[in-house]
Amino acid sequence: MRRYFARKLLTYFLTFFVAVTLDWGIPRLMPGDPIAGLLSKFQLQPSSYAVLHSSYTRAFNLGEPLWRQYLDFWRALLHGSLGTSIYAYPDPVTTVIRHAVVFTLALLLPATVLSYLAGNKVGAIAARRKLLDDTVLPFSYVLTATPYQWLALLLAFVLASVAHVFPISGGFSYSLVPTLSWAFLWSLLTHWFLPFVTLFLVGFGGWAIGMRNLIIYELDADYAHFLESLGAPRRLVRKYAYKNARLPQLTGLALSLGTIVGGAVVTEIVFNYPGIGWLVLQAINSEDFFLLQGIFLFIIVGVLLANFVVDVVYVLVDPRTRIGLQEGTR
Amino acid sequence: MSKDTTTTKDDTAAPTEEGNTAPRHELVYFALRNRKLVIGLSIVGLLGLAAIVAPFSARSNPDAFVGPPMQPPSSSYLLGTTYFGQDVYSQLVNGLRQSFLVGIMGGGIAFVVATAVGFTAGYRGGAVDEVLNMLTNVLLVIPTLALLIIVGGYLKGTSIVFEAMFVGATAWPWAARAIRAQTLSLVSRDFVGLARLSGVRSWRIVVGEVAPNMSSYLFLTFILLFGNAILISASYDFLGFGPPGGVSLGSMMNLAFAWNALQLHIWWWFVPPGVAIMGIVGGLYVTNVGLDEVFNPKLRSL
Amino acid sequence: MSLDVQNLVVAYRTLRGDVRAVDDVSFSVADGEIMGLAGESGCGKSTLGNSLVRLDRTMRCLGGRALLDGTELPLSDWDAMDDFRFKKVSLVPQYSMSALNPTRRIGKMISEVVRSRKIRYKDVLPELERRLRLVGLPTDVLAKYPIELSGGMKQRVVMVLTTLLDPSLLVADEVTSALDVSTQRAVGGMLVELRDMGIVTSTIVITHDLSVLVQVADSVVVMYAGKLVERAPTATVVDAPRHPYTKLLIASLPEVGVRYAEHVLAGIPGHPPSLLDPPKGCRFADRCPLASAECAVEPPLVELESGHFVACWKAS
Ligand SMILES: Nc1ncnc2c1ncn2[C@@H]1O[C@H](COP(=O)(O)OP(=O)(O)O)[C@@H](O)[C@H]1O
Ligand code: SF4
Ligand SMILES: [Mg+2]
Repeated sequence: MRRYFARKLLTYFLTFFVAVTLDWGIPRLMPGDPIAGLLSKFQLQPSSYAVLHSSYTRAFNLGEPLWRQYLDFWRALLHGSLGTSIYAYPDPVTTVIRHAVVFTLALLLPATVLSYLAGNKVGAIAARRKLLDDTVLPFSYVLTATPYQWLALLLAFVLASVAHVFPISGGFSYSLVPTLSWAFLWSLLTHWFLPFVTLFLVGFGGWAIGMRNLIIYELDADYAHFLESLGAPRRLVRKYAYKNARLPQLTGLALSLGTIVGGAVVTEIVFNYPGIGWLVLQAINSEDFFLLQGIFLFIIVGVLLANFVVDVVYVLVDPRTRIGLQEGTR
Repeated sequence: MSKDTTTTKDDTAAPTEEGNTAPRHELVYFALRNRKLVIGLSIVGLLGLAAIVAPFSARSNPDAFVGPPMQPPSSSYLLGTTYFGQDVYSQLVNGLRQSFLVGIMGGGIAFVVATAVGFTAGYRGGAVDEVLNMLTNVLLVIPTLALLIIVGGYLKGTSIVFEAMFVGATAWPWAARAIRAQTLSLVSRDFVGLARLSGVRSWRIVVGEVAPNMSSYLFLTFILLFGNAILISASYDFLGFGPPGGVSLGSMMNLAFAWNALQLHIWWWFVPPGVAIMGIVGGLYVTNVGLDEVFNPKLRSL
Repeated sequence: MSLDVQNLVVAYRTLRGDVRAVDDVSFSVADGEIMGLAGESGCGKSTLGNSLVRLDRTMRCLGGRALLDGTELPLSDWDAMDDFRFKKVSLVPQYSMSALNPTRRIGKMISEVVRSRKIRYKDVLPELERRLRLVGLPTDVLAKYPIELSGGMKQRVVMVLTTLLDPSLLVADEVTSALDVSTQRAVGGMLVELRDMGIVTSTIVITHDLSVLVQVADSVVVMYAGKLVERAPTATVVDAPRHPYTKLLIASLPEVGVRYAEHVLAGIPGHPPSLLDPPKGCRFADRCPLASAECAVEPPLVELESGHFVACWKAS
């Protein structure tokens, strides 16, 4: 187990290192003068151009030798500084992100966990009921092939714009002051619902298909046939198949974290939901590159933490990792 | 067939030995009989056809302002017009073409990288494997979209080729991992060991022995990468990072959203591109499962 | 007479039609007898063995029957067969290296299986531990996961488990195939011991490797392309085989191979035919050195001398 985690942690630290380096390097690697390139995207008055250009040059430390710039970048990062946001001037980037992260987590955590659990359950049931299989499976294929932003647009259109059942935009009603009142909590909930459903549904489809197919493979595995030849009831065989199918599903969960985060970004944009994804759009629109770089690092750290949680769950679910590792076989 | 702890969902598509020794005409026989494969291929085929004949069936410039704005679908405007009075049908078929292009190029690049990395790591083993495996795992964790946010911000006006290259450069790690696992299991089989002993050069073993034995698996992997590339590029375009001026399925949704199609109830502007993406990607996924059943006799149900 | 198989026909149902992998096969195994079932890969041996215990959804029994101690086994009735499985008929599968659930401790898995058969684990645990020791396994394998055991150990665990309830019939499918020679001998010895101790009443040992049967089997049945081609006491099959196919199999045995080296290297040229559309007449004809015109008609199984059955026109 120690070796397993040591390996995982090594990968994660390396990933973090690579991510920070990319975050630092990409503006500097871009062909030409990165700041000129940056600023040319926007129609600026010559005077403001000059001001922005010199302030960016200073902020990026472009005058220094590269290795120095790189070390400074790390030093600032380790002090928890990601620079100052332009979009929310003069707030530091970390503060801006922190406010948005709450919303994103409130969306992502329940949507990911619930769609994973529900998809696995329904997929497992579909694997043994023909009728359910014939209905759930096509439906799941449609869902998993759906672009997040499109399902979001569709839900927003039908349930908000046309039917007025849910609000179409925002994280809560702007007529309310954030307090711990029932009215405010209700407002939070109604604004949260559609983006949540979007993320839930797309994820659900994939997990249901995955579990269904895995169980069918497992039911055809040697150990399943052996159990049958011992006269074990179907119940026991299915129980084993389900438990074993959970393992590749967990690996799949770790693999799709990036896609899920991407889905959350575009979904938040559609619903103007004030999380990280929405912040990305604001940062792009207000040429706020410190904010973009900060968001990048935040996403990476979030995904790394999520990966680590999945690793821990994996060890809890797969007993072999525990034993094998004590013996040093893995 | 028991799974070890490193298997991914995708490994389950692994072909069995029998699958590869089945004669070709038999595969065709099962292919024509497989409902999933037939349905999936039909959808993808029809949409592909629509993309190919786009120049003949649609207006040459999909961005042209051809009619009154915000017209619902009618006989003169099959899918209505946009907020600006552009023809949605023309935009759709042109967007389809863009999507197929990005899918094939991006999926293709990712496939080449994935097979190169997967084969090398799985075949060479040792330190080479360690390094490649670590690289794969690192890139696997970095979400592509997040990377795009910092890259896209600095690049003005990308092209469809750039988009395909970006997708290709970032979408390969899961496939490389799956191919590596497959290669490892093949390499441990006797015939590869024999080839190794007899001193055949390693790339020839890979090309001559390993690749043919997992050709169906590689094909399935490519199909999934193809679908992934289309989905990813739709997200990029929706964020506004797509090629400027060009029409893609993602940018249609982006513009529809940006110009309040939701509030103005111009549903015909954003519904068709989503349906088209769903059709291609869903069709590809279903094709994938169908092919898997054809290649893998164990899955063939009556 | 413990097991009596009469005119058994078992087919796989495929989209292209029925694959008759066991085609009109009859034999019997006496109490205390170990019968070997030999033939190249793909001749239907596993199909025959499986059908007596676990005739799954892809298979269909198209005819014949199997009597165990005078009672007909309900081969095609999955639920009714459950009364016999494990208790009366047991199968050590060909894939026994992977027969144990990889994510369950062996003891836990056994206890769950036993309990699912309405037997208290506590009641069988002492016997289970005794038999593990008997086959040379420490009882702490019960606390281990399959991945912690070697192939031979897994094989032995599977054998102990399948015979735990003293079945009347044990089918052991290729139990020695994946093992090295010394382990092969040990496993063969185990089969004999299980019989000698009265744990198993009748045994069918399936193998493509005749040399194993020389060690353990009392009698041998040779199958080719779904058909039974020769059946005799082991000594007769080894010393005086009558069917050309059996002769070629014997010729490729290692001991004999010293003399007929070319046979060892070449094996038997060609492959068994596809059973989807088997050849008319004698199924061995296209590979048979003695084949002639009369072989276009299927040879019947005839008893040449007491207990020695052969299906070949040239045998008598
Ligand atoms: N699931 C199946 N579907 C169709 N045909 C099968 C299946 N399993 C085995 N067969 C065929 O049945 C024949 C007998 O197979 P098997 O009983 O496994 O042979 P053996 O054990 O002697 O090697 C072979 O020709 C094989 O191709
Ligand atoms: S019947 Fe004819 S073909 Fe068949 S084994 Fe005998 S001699 Fe050979
Ligand atoms: Mg067999």
